[in-house]
Formats: sequence, structure tokens, C-alpha cells
Amino acid sequence: MMKIEILGTGCAKCRKLYENALDAVKQSGKEAEVVKVEEIRKIVSYGVMSTPALVVDGVVKTSGKLLSPEEIIGML
Amino acid sequence: MLKNFADYIVFNLFSLKPGSHLGEALDFFIYDTIKIFLLLTLIIYLVAIIRSRFPPEKTRKILSHKREYVGNVMAALLGIVTPFCSCSAVPLFIGFLESGVPLGVTLSFLISSPMVNEVALVLLWGLFGWKIALIYVGTGLLVAIISGIIIGRLRMEKYVEDYVWEMQVGKSEVKEPSFRETLYYAKDYTLGLLKKIWPYVLIGVGVGAFIHGYAPEDFLAKYAGKDNPFAVPLAVVVGVPLYSNAAGIIPIVHALMEKGMAVGTVLAFMMAVTALSFPEAVILKNVMKNRLLAVFFGTVAIAIIMVGYLFNAIL
Repeated sequence: MMKIEILGTGCAKCRKLYENALDAVKQSGKEAEVVKVEEIRKIVSYGVMSTPALVVDGVVKTSGKLLSPEEIIGML
Repeated sequence: MLKNFADYIVFNLFSLKPGSHLGEALDFFIYDTIKIFLLLTLIIYLVAIIRSRFPPEKTRKILSHKREYVGNVMAALLGIVTPFCSCSAVPLFIGFLESGVPLGVTLSFLISSPMVNEVALVLLWGLFGWKIALIYVGTGLLVAIISGIIIGRLRMEKYVEDYVWEMQVGKSEVKEPSFRETLYYAKDYTLGLLKKIWPYVLIGVGVGAFIHGYAPEDFLAKYAGKDNPFAVPLAVVVGVPLYSNAAGIIPIVHALMEKGMAVGTVLAFMMAVTALSFPEAVILKNVMKNRLLAVFFGTVAIAIIMVGYLFNAIL
């Protein structure tokens, strides 16, 4: 199963990206698990310097951007 | 042209008398609101395009292992163009230190990035003119450079939380966006930011217009004029808790200046609003021990106060 991680320390944009990711999974019908990663050490271990970041199966796709559900679908 | 438009609405359509309190306040409100939103839209869009070419990863690479002075100057300059949000301050701080950017250079970046931002720049330019806007940018950079050099000299690396030095920062492979994507994100960013700040701008301009129309001339000269030595530090203390409302503060300050607040005091106040904030302190507490946090905020506050005194003395 695909794993989508949303990296962010709890700012408004991070919460919105999480919701959009849930939306994207629902719309695409793919089987994926969406998790929030809020621990700073884990965030940094991905090499991300601006949040929120979107990680799919361990690969950082974007950082510092709030993506729409449609954009996220394109990355799954 | 905008001025004529505002005059026409207020004095012809609403038939208010020129020189009346309500007429002047409304004229000021309409003129400032239109001007500010036009400028904001244009500048934020342009800045968003420029910024997309300077992701923090690139900035970090440029600053890595840079020496004192050169490093501080470059960090302060890059702070203008690298996108930054205080919620990313911690990963950015760790990312910089881990890749060999010196502590003082990292701090120069952290000071300049929120202080010299496009919203403050637009509002200053639109309301105070390009001279004050340039002075603000110049002295803002100076505050960032000097504070970073001082803290670097104090050798405070041991007051960075220990775990920061043990972090292994992974490689991220975010690809650079195409020009079309860039334009798209710039539009998105501009609309998002405008949506967030428009109420503050309106409230700020409204309060400013009220002061403009109703407060007597020079009513602040006695308290916030050049001759009161406490005005600058007081302005800094008042500015710290106002962080989230930078967009609303500047129009108010503009009206205060008209009524006799000295230029240096105005500059110090605005720098305190943008550069020193409680939420940022709380966030940085994650990576800095109390001593470094206190030195960081203390140094910046003192530098800002000096800027205030300097411009009160020479202008």
C-alpha cells in the first residue's frame, strides 16, 4: 500500500495539505495511507527545509507548497 | 490619477466638503486602499516569481562554509529573495547548520528574511515613498548583518540544542519548477497572501484614515517626536506583540508620522513588528537554549533601537 506523509510542524498550511491529500486519495480511488509527521527531527531527516512537504513512499515530492487535491493525484 | 478618482467619489458623488473631518478621512481611506492593493498585487506577484528561483536548498548551498562578513552579507541579501515562513524556521535552522553554514551567518538570514519582506516593502513604498522604503531595506540588512556578526563572534554554538548537531539531514530531490508552473504558483501565492492580509490592511487604513481626518496636527510631536529619548525603545517594546498584523500596522504608522512621530521611531517600530515576534521565539526555543535565544533577541532589539536613534538624529 502506498504511504503518503505530510511533513509540517502544525501550521495552517500543513493541516490544509493533509486534508487535500486525504481528498486526493479518496478521489483517485487508490489505496494509500496518509500520515502527518510533526516531529521536527523526522522532518529534517527527509532533507526538507520548508514546510509543508509531501512525501510519497519515502520520496520528497514537494516542499513549502500547498497543493490542491488534483495536483496531489498527479503525483500518486 | 488615483487621487483625482478618490476626490471625485468623496467630494462629488458623496458631496462632502473638502477640508471637513469626514471628507478628508474618507478621501484618505479610498485613495490609500486602492493604491495599496494595486501595489500589493503587482509586487507580491513579481516577488513570488523571483523567489521561486531561490529555494532554501539553493541558498543553503551558497552559504555553506562561507566566512564571517562575506557570509553575513550574502545571508542577509539572500534573506530577501528566499521564501520564508516562521513555521519553517526550525527545519531551516537545522538544515543550515548541518550543512556547515556558520551560526552567525544563519542568524543573519533568520533576521533579514522576515524583516525585509515584500508586504512591508510595498506598504512603505506606497505610503512613505521610495526613499523611506530604501532606507528601511538598507538599515534592515545592516541590522541583520551586524547582529549576525556579533553573535557569531560570541561563539555561542554550545547554546544550540545538542540534538541539532547530531542531526543527519537527508537528501531531498525536489525538482525545479518549469516557468509555467512558476507563474501558476506565483498567482496562487499572490491570491493566498492577499486573502490572508486584506482585512488587516483595510482595518489599518481605516484607523489611519480616522487619525488623518480627526486627530489634531502635531498631537504626537510631544510624545513621539525627536526630543523624547524614550520614544524609540518604547516603540520597539510595543512593536513586538504586533507581529501577525504587519500589514495593518504600516498604514496606521503612516498616519502617526503625519501627526508628528519621528522617522527613526517609525523605522524602529516597523522593524520590531516584523523582526521580533513571540511566535518565532517560541518556535526557535526548539533549537536554541535560553541563553542564545536571549542574546539573539537582545542583540536585534538593541540594533533596531540604534537605527531609530540614528535616523532621529540625522533626518
